[in-house]
Amino acid sequence: MTEITKELVAEHGLTEEEYADVLKILGRTPNLTELGIFSVMWSEHCSYKSSKKWLKTLPTEAPWVICGPGENAGVIDIGDGQAAIFKMESHNHPSFIEPYQGAATGVGGIMRDVFTMGARPIANMNALRFGRPDHPKTGHLVSGVVAGIAGYGNCMGVPTVGGETNFHASYDGNILVNAMTVGLANTDNIFYSAAAGVGNPVVYVGSKTGRDGIHGATMASAEFDDDSEEKRPTVQVGDPFTEKLLLEACLELMATDAIVAIQDMGAAGLTSSSFEMADKGGVGIELNLDHVPMREEGMTPYEIMLSESQERMLMVLKPGREEEARKIFEKWELDFSVIGKVTDTGRMVLTMNGEVAADLPVAPLADAAPEYDRPWIKTPPPSVLKGEDVPAPNDLGDALLKLMGSSEIASRRWIWEQYDHMVMGDTIQRPGGDAAVVRVHGTQKALAITTDCTPRYCYADPEMGGAQAVAEAWRNITATGGQPLAITDCMNFGNPQRPEIMGQFVGCIDGMRRACTALDFPVISGNVSLYNETNGTGIYPTPAIGGVGLLKDYSKMTTLAFKEDGDVVMLIGDPTGEMGQSLYLREIEGREDGAPPTVDLEKERKHGDYLREMIDKGLVTAAHDISDGGLGVALAEMAIAGNIGAEIVLDTELPSHAALFAEDQASYILTVKPDDVELVRGFALAEDIPLHIIGTIGHTDLKIDGSLTISVSKLKDVHAKWLPDLMSRPGSE
Amino acid sequence: MKAAVIVFPASNCDRDLKVALTQAMGREPDMVWHGESELPETDLIAIPGGFSYGDYLRAGAMAANSPIMREVVKRAEGGTPVLAICNGFQIATETGMLPGALLRNAGQKFVCRDVDLLVTSQNERFVGCFEQGEVVRFPVAHHDGNFYADEDKLNELEAEGQVAFRYVTPDGEQTAEANPNGSLNNIAGIYNKAGNVLGLMPHPERLISDELGGTDGKRFFDHLVNSIV
Repeated sequence: MTEITKELVAEHGLTEEEYADVLKILGRTPNLTELGIFSVMWSEHCSYKSSKKWLKTLPTEAPWVICGPGENAGVIDIGDGQAAIFKMESHNHPSFIEPYQGAATGVGGIMRDVFTMGARPIANMNALRFGRPDHPKTGHLVSGVVAGIAGYGNCMGVPTVGGETNFHASYDGNILVNAMTVGLANTDNIFYSAAAGVGNPVVYVGSKTGRDGIHGATMASAEFDDDSEEKRPTVQVGDPFTEKLLLEACLELMATDAIVAIQDMGAAGLTSSSFEMADKGGVGIELNLDHVPMREEGMTPYEIMLSESQERMLMVLKPGREEEARKIFEKWELDFSVIGKVTDTGRMVLTMNGEVAADLPVAPLADAAPEYDRPWIKTPPPSVLKGEDVPAPNDLGDALLKLMGSSEIASRRWIWEQYDHMVMGDTIQRPGGDAAVVRVHGTQKALAITTDCTPRYCYADPEMGGAQAVAEAWRNITATGGQPLAITDCMNFGNPQRPEIMGQFVGCIDGMRRACTALDFPVISGNVSLYNETNGTGIYPTPAIGGVGLLKDYSKMTTLAFKEDGDVVMLIGDPTGEMGQSLYLREIEGREDGAPPTVDLEKERKHGDYLREMIDKGLVTAAHDISDGGLGVALAEMAIAGNIGAEIVLDTELPSHAALFAEDQASYILTVKPDDVELVRGFALAEDIPLHIIGTIGHTDLKIDGSLTISVSKLKDVHAKWLPDLMSRPGSE
Repeated sequence: MKAAVIVFPASNCDRDLKVALTQAMGREPDMVWHGESELPETDLIAIPGGFSYGDYLRAGAMAANSPIMREVVKRAEGGTPVLAICNGFQIATETGMLPGALLRNAGQKFVCRDVDLLVTSQNERFVGCFEQGEVVRFPVAHHDGNFYADEDKLNELEAEGQVAFRYVTPDGEQTAEANPNGSLNNIAGIYNKAGNVLGLMPHPERLISDELGGTDGKRFFDHLVNSIV
C-alpha cells in the first residue's frame, strides 16, 4: 500500500491544517483513495472554501424563484406550470491548456447540469475573455475555444444564441471560458440530487470511465506557471454525440416516475456526485467499483473515483424500476449499470475486488470542508474623471470610427456564425443585439438571455464594477422588452490568498448584492473560479453575470435596429460626462484610469421600468442601452443594425467628446413614431423620467451636431473588419 | 397527406422539420426511428439535419447504412418524393440516392447564416411556388456542405437541369463571396435524375414565420404539401 507522506499530502493540495482535520475525522491515516477523495472534495473548486462566506451574502430569493443556489442549476417560475432552469460555469484552466476540448467539455458540463434537473436545454450562451489581441497565443486560443463551443453545442442541437468577448492583457496567461445553458421544464417535474430510500439502487449511466481528467478539480484550484501546459492530460475529452443520446435517454426516463434523485458527474466525477447525493439526502451509499463501466483495464479505485470522464450521470432509482430504466438506456446505446445502493450508515463505502477501497463518513467530509475568512484589503477608490480632465480628439468622427473598430466594440460575427444559433426554430433575436431572445416553444412567451461584465470597471472599483455587471444584464433584458427575473454568476478571480485579490472578490460581491437587491434580480446559481493567475499576475476581477428575463408576449419584443425613416430618437437619462475607465480613454488616449461610471441603482430601476412600460404599450420601435463606448457607439450600433442613418443634435453643456463617449449608466436610446412622441413624453413627465429628444432617423449617414458625419456603410465596414482581420493572421488557426 | 420524418441518433433538426410540416399539412408527420426496418405508408419522406451518429467516420456515412435507409432508397426508386436537408443531404449522397459528396467547408469552419439562393431549375413539385431565377432566402448551418462531384457528373447535373439551388448575392449573382462553403458551381441543392429526390444544405424549415426572420421556408413547405396532395 502507498505510504501517505507529507509530500503526497502536499501534492494533493491539502494544507497541514487540513490534513490534521482529515486525521481527526477518520481517527486514522487515510489510504491513497481516501486521500484523493478528500483532496478533490476540499479543493477550492468543489468546496468554495475561500468564497463561501461572501457568497452567502447574495440575495437568492424572490416569489418566482423555485430553487436557488446549491443544486445542479437554479430554477425560476415562468408561469403556466413552466420553469426556466439555468446556470453558468467556468472552464478556464482546461481551455487555456487545450482550447478546443477545454471549451467543448465546458459546454457539455453545463448542459448536463441543466438536463440533470429535468430540463431540455433551449439556449447556450458564453462569456469569453482572451489576452491582448497581439499576444502570440490569442488567435490560436480564440480559434480553438470558439470551435470547441461550436463543436459541442452544434452537435447537441441546442442553439448558442449569444455571449460576450473581451480582449485584455490581464488574460494573456489565463483566458476565461464561461458557458451558460438555459433549459425548459415543467414545474411539477423537476429533479433534485438528494439520495433517499435505504436499499434503493444507485445507477451509473452514460459513457464509460477512463483515466482522463484525473485531478481536474485540483488543477482548477491552483495557479499556473510555465510548466502548466504539461497538464494537458488532465483535460477531459468531450463526445457530444454521447451527450445528445444521454440527454434524450434521461428525458425519456424522466417522463416516468422511476427516478428518486439524479446528479451529473462533473468536476471530481464519481466522488463529488456520490458524496453530494448522499450528503444532501443525509444517507450513506455503498458502491461496488467492479460494476463501474470502464474504458481501460486495470484502473484503480483512486483513478475510478477521481476520473473526470465526460457524459456520465449517477441516479438513485425507485426499487424495482431498474429494468424499465435499463431498456431506455439500451435503446440509446448507453451504458447502464447498478453500482451500489443507498444505506442508513451515513458512510460512503467503496469496495473493489472484494476489498474495501474506502470507508468515509459523508457529512463531515462534505459539510465540514474548510471555510476560510481570508484577509482582504479594499481597492482604494479612484477619482472621478470629468470631460474637462480628458483631451478632446482632433476629430470626433475619427474617434468614433476608431472605437467601432476596437477590440471591445467590433462585431463578433466571426464567432457567432460558427455557432448554430437557429436550431430548435425558436430564436427570434439572434446574436448581436442587447440580449438573445428564444421563444418558449409552442407559447407566446419568450426568454431574453444575456451575459455581461465590464472587467476594467471591476478592477478600478470592484464594488461599482460588481453592481454595474448586474445592472447591465438587467438593462440588456429590459431593452428587448423582457422582465428581468434572475441571474447566474461566474466569479473569475486571481489568487484569494493575496489580500488585494480577496478584496476584489469581496468588493464585487458587495456591488452585486446591492444591485441584485435593488433590481429584484436574485442569484439562483453560479460558480467560482479562483487562482486565475500565471507567475503571480492575476486576471482582472471578472464576475460574469448571466441574466434571464421573460417576455409574456414576444410579439411586443424590441430590437436595437433603427426601423423607419422619420422615427424620433430619444435618450433616457441625463448625460454625466464621466470619462474614467471609458473605452474612449483607453482607445484614444491610451489610458486606463479614473473611476468607472457611477451606478445609481434607484435610477436604473426607474428608467428601466419606464422603458419596459413604453415597450409593453407598443410605443417603442427600437431600444438599446448605453454601455461600452457611450452614446456615440450605441447610436452607431443601432444605425448599423437597421442600415439607416440618423441626424442627432445633443443639447448639452458637456464637451462633445464627453457627451458622446461617457459610458453613462441607467441610460437608453429609444426610437418612437412621430405620432407617439407626445404620449411617450407625457408618461416620462408623469413618472419623473429624464427623457430627451435627440434626433430623427433617416438617410444613409449618422450625423451628430454638425461636427460628425459618417456613412452607415463606413461604420459597418470598420465594425465588421476587426475580428476577421485578427483571425486571418498567420498562426491563428 | 402523410409525411414521415426519419430520426437518427443525434438528428437534431427533426423537431424543426416536424413543426414546419405540421404547419403546412395541418397534421403531424410520422417520426420514424432509424432502427425500424419498415416505413409507414407515406406521401413524402423527409430526412432532417443534425449530426447523425455524431458525424463519426464521415457525415452521413453511418446513417446511410442504417436499416431504415434501405427502405427509404426503395421508396425513392418507386417514386416517393424525398426531401433531404443538410445532414439528410449528406446521407442521401452516401446512399447514392443523389450524386456527389459534401466535403468540409472551404473555410474549415462551421457556418451558420442566412444565404440567398437562386432557384435554378424548375421542378413543379418542389419549387413550383418560386419563379425560375427568383432569389429566395434560407439559412445554412453546417461544417460539411462543400458540394463536390467529378467533372463529368457536374456537367451532367448542369445539362440535365438537376441543380436545384445555387448560392448567390441578393441580386442573383453567382460570386465566390456568396458561396459559404466552396461548393462547385455554387451548388446548394440538387435533384436526382427522376426529380423526386431533393437534397439541399440550406434549411427551409428555419424561416417559416416573420418572427424567425423570413417566410420563404413557409412558401416552400406550403407549396410542397399542396403539390403532393
